[in-house]
Amino acid sequence: MNPAISVQNVDMVFPAPGGAITALQDVSFDIAEAEFVSLIGPSGCGKSTALRLIADIHQPTGGSVTVAGQSPGQSRIQHLVNLMFQEPVLLPWLNIYQNVSLSIEITKAKDHRDPAELLSFVGLKGREKDYPGQLSGGMQQRVALARALATNPRILLMDEPFAALDEFTRDRMGNWLLSIWERSRKTVVFVTHSIPEALYLSDRVLIMDANPGRIRADVRVELPRPRDESMREEISFFEQLKAIRSQMPKSLYVEEELNGG
Amino acid sequence: MSEANKLYRRLVPYLPAGVVFVGAILLWEGFVRGFDIQQFLLPAPSVIGATFGENFDRLLHIGWFTTKEALGGFAIGCSLGILVALATARWTAASETLMPFAIAANSVPIIAFAPILNNWFGIDNPLSKMAIVAVIVFFPMMINTVRGLTLVDPSAVELMRSYAASEFEILLKLRLPNSLPYMFNAFKVAAALSMIGAVVSEYFGGNRSALGVFITQEAAQFRFAEAWAAIIIACVVGVTFYMVILLVERLLIPWHASVRQAER
Ligand SMILES: Nc1ncnc2c1ncn2[C@@H]1O[C@H](COP(=O)(O)OP(=O)(O)OP(=O)(O)O)[C@@H](O)[C@H]1O
Ligand SMILES: [Mg+2]
Repeated sequence: MNPAISVQNVDMVFPAPGGAITALQDVSFDIAEAEFVSLIGPSGCGKSTALRLIADIHQPTGGSVTVAGQSPGQSRIQHLVNLMFQEPVLLPWLNIYQNVSLSIEITKAKDHRDPAELLSFVGLKGREKDYPGQLSGGMQQRVALARALATNPRILLMDEPFAALDEFTRDRMGNWLLSIWERSRKTVVFVTHSIPEALYLSDRVLIMDANPGRIRADVRVELPRPRDESMREEISFFEQLKAIRSQMPKSLYVEEELNGG
Repeated sequence: MSEANKLYRRLVPYLPAGVVFVGAILLWEGFVRGFDIQQFLLPAPSVIGATFGENFDRLLHIGWFTTKEALGGFAIGCSLGILVALATARWTAASETLMPFAIAANSVPIIAFAPILNNWFGIDNPLSKMAIVAVIVFFPMMINTVRGLTLVDPSAVELMRSYAASEFEILLKLRLPNSLPYMFNAFKVAAALSMIGAVVSEYFGGNRSALGVFITQEAAQFRFAEAWAAIIIACVVGVTFYMVILLVERLLIPWHASVRQAER
């Protein structure tokens, strides 16, 4: 079977005033249909860039990207992919209900989900008529999460979706995402700075390194599914955590290490 | 009781402005009387008020005449400004070529062309004043609209592209709403400019029932209270015009930060 996403020998060089920036160099990975894969790595290693290449926002300067067996452009036109940006990117003149339904409206998604229901799932019931400017950063991010799920895409690309959330909400949203994924079996590429989060959610963790951005390790998570909170307390979880930590690039800033998580 | 209370609360923020206004009028009156200022230098508010009462119908008539010129010019100039902005913003190259010219033209004292346009359209024809007003308001309108259409959050454009939205959808859902606050800023500027443009271009000659013509003629005949009464009409119209736009802005873009802040 074709992989859902195939990235082969991809280079991404951005032109810049002070000389070109190599965001990605010779990056290759495949992601299978219905696989949940996390990307983790230091700031600036090209995680967002990788997602943007898959979503056809940028085109690689070298190598090739295939999405659902075709070019990223074709997949974009067929609305197979939904990218949840690192920032919420809400339109300030639409209330949050309208922001969520805008994605449905433009993509004309047929098997879309109910915006009101999604908003209540992310804990924003009763706030539907509020404008983005009236919400906290974490609330805005939850609206963006609801919007990303609204079109019910086959492939979901999530760029640090929970970064602005407190730990409690973060865990709840993670469990919710997991339950959606278990039911609908989407392909998910999930960028995070938290190693335990990556581990808890994923089938595979791709560890990246910076300057230039590249894949450093590809770790398969050996934890049974379905997973629940109790898993985080198990020996096998800690063992895997240790394994991933040992693969992380040294000396570089990673948020999770500062948090001591 | 609570209704009256509510009204009172709504009026409280305007109290200082009202006090200053009334105070200024009283000071003016006292100043003119106390120092025995000559009529032709500065008539007292009470005298202007009395003149206003005597010539009310006439003043209203000429005020409306000039207001129509200002409104007509405003409508023509703003529509053209928006249309040209839409056309050029569609083709980035065109807007990049045109913008420096528009910005340069915006700093030209267009009112200086009033005698020329009076000549082109006929001095008595209100169209000559509308043309001046239209040219004056065109540039700020166009420049601001182009800015609003182009200074869009790049991430929002990428979001729309990731949904495979067409350029037209991006214009409709993103660029146009984004440009509304810019357009309202331009409307406010244009409202003030249109009344100034109409009255000043009438100073260079025009129909006898026009505000600018009336002011110059009355002043030439040393009837300063009448001239002042007409000036006050021009001021009231200008301020009203501005306030109407402010009101529409509040109704139309309640999400905008400047509007929300004003409501607090
Ligand atoms: N549009 C762009 N133009 C120029 N350079 C860019 C652009 N987008 C990304 N880069 C550069 O590419 C590199 C990788 O950026 P990217 O945003 O992918 O990092 P990241 O891994 O997502 O980092 P973070 O964890 O901080 O979000 C950085 O050096 C960045 O400056
Ligand atoms: Mg990033």
